[in-house]
Amino acid sequence: MDALVIDDSRAMRRVLRRIVEPMGFNVLEAEHGQDGLEKLDEHEDSVGLILVDWNMPVMDGLQFVKTLRADSERRRINIVMVTTETEPTQMARALMAGVDEFVMKPFTPDILTEKLKLIGVSLPAQENVTG
Amino acid sequence: MSVSTLTPDCISYVCTTVRERSAIELDGSKGYLIEARLGPVARSHGFGSIDELVSSLRSRRQVKLEAQVVEALTTNETSFFRDLHPFEALRKVLFPEFRDRNSGTKSLNIWSAACSTGQEIFSIAMYLREHFPDLNSWKVQLLGTDLSDDVLVRATEGKFSQIEVNRGMPAPLLVKNFDRVGLQWQLKPEVRKMARFQKLNFIERWPPLPVMDIVFLRNVLIYFSPETKRSILEKIRRVMAPNGVLFLGAAETTIGLDTSFERVQADKSVFYRLK
Repeated sequence: MDALVIDDSRAMRRVLRRIVEPMGFNVLEAEHGQDGLEKLDEHEDSVGLILVDWNMPVMDGLQFVKTLRADSERRRINIVMVTTETEPTQMARALMAGVDEFVMKPFTPDILTEKLKLIGVSLPAQENVTG
Repeated sequence: MSVSTLTPDCISYVCTTVRERSAIELDGSKGYLIEARLGPVARSHGFGSIDELVSSLRSRRQVKLEAQVVEALTTNETSFFRDLHPFEALRKVLFPEFRDRNSGTKSLNIWSAACSTGQEIFSIAMYLREHFPDLNSWKVQLLGTDLSDDVLVRATEGKFSQIEVNRGMPAPLLVKNFDRVGLQWQLKPEVRKMARFQKLNFIERWPPLPVMDIVFLRNVLIYFSPETKRSILEKIRRVMAPNGVLFLGAAETTIGLDTSFERVQADKSVFYRLK
């Protein structure tokens, strides 16, 4: 299963890759929302998790989520927003748009892992262990 | 592996002090834990090292400093919705059950024992508001107790750092129940007022408590000797309602300690029901 990491910071994409790869995900990277939509087109059925930043050039995270959730085929993909945006009203907008969970930067790996458990993301590595 | 630079004598003194004040059995091999927790206490009092702090405590009785040492070593790690499953058991099994069972009195009492900064009892408060709004009209008492004055002050304020609310807290509940206050997050007044906090040391005389329907005593008994565990369970049993429910930590059990409880598996959680 693929995890799509969308962030304009290469350093942050690397951080997220290092967290989710050991969970068993194959990581795809995108630099902004538009790039993320194109990556999704290329990997139509294999993406099970999206980690997306909010503030990015070309297409921001909120617009990406709105576009994705408008597509009935892709409504089921779990989306976690990983962002410095921490205003409750803004967070409420993102949740309304279809974000499943929020991780506020800075964060530790276990915070992201707990958030994935909260929304019931099944981790490929665990599935392999339990058969 | 971490190695402590403290002398065995110093570690032994700290372990004895903590045991006498709280009955909590610290493992003497965990000198590094003592070092990590007491370092800030020593520095805040101007001591050059933990050994100096301990020498000072030995030279004359300093009640406040001694209390700070005990508090630093007995404050439990906590987080919102820690381990999740017990809260899911409340939502799916126990809240519906108690809503029927207590419909006559329209009351529900829940106790978070060793509550630290209150995340456990406030998690329960948020679940009640979110999933059982019909209980708003009930007399619901949510009590948190701890032996540390400092954590009780923090719990009463209901103010948490970003890291604390980032951990384990579902984002929809964060947005609904908290206000941003500078760099911190504070529970809204209507949530804060659902819980009250009170000092309680398990091995000292207990204050009067209401009859409890549900007790959370998670990751507490592991710190005590078998004899103290039995004594604590007996005292807890006395304040529980018939068929009341006790939650322990995943590594804890009443089996072999108290025969009054029956182990129940519900959803993905285990709890102990008073027979």
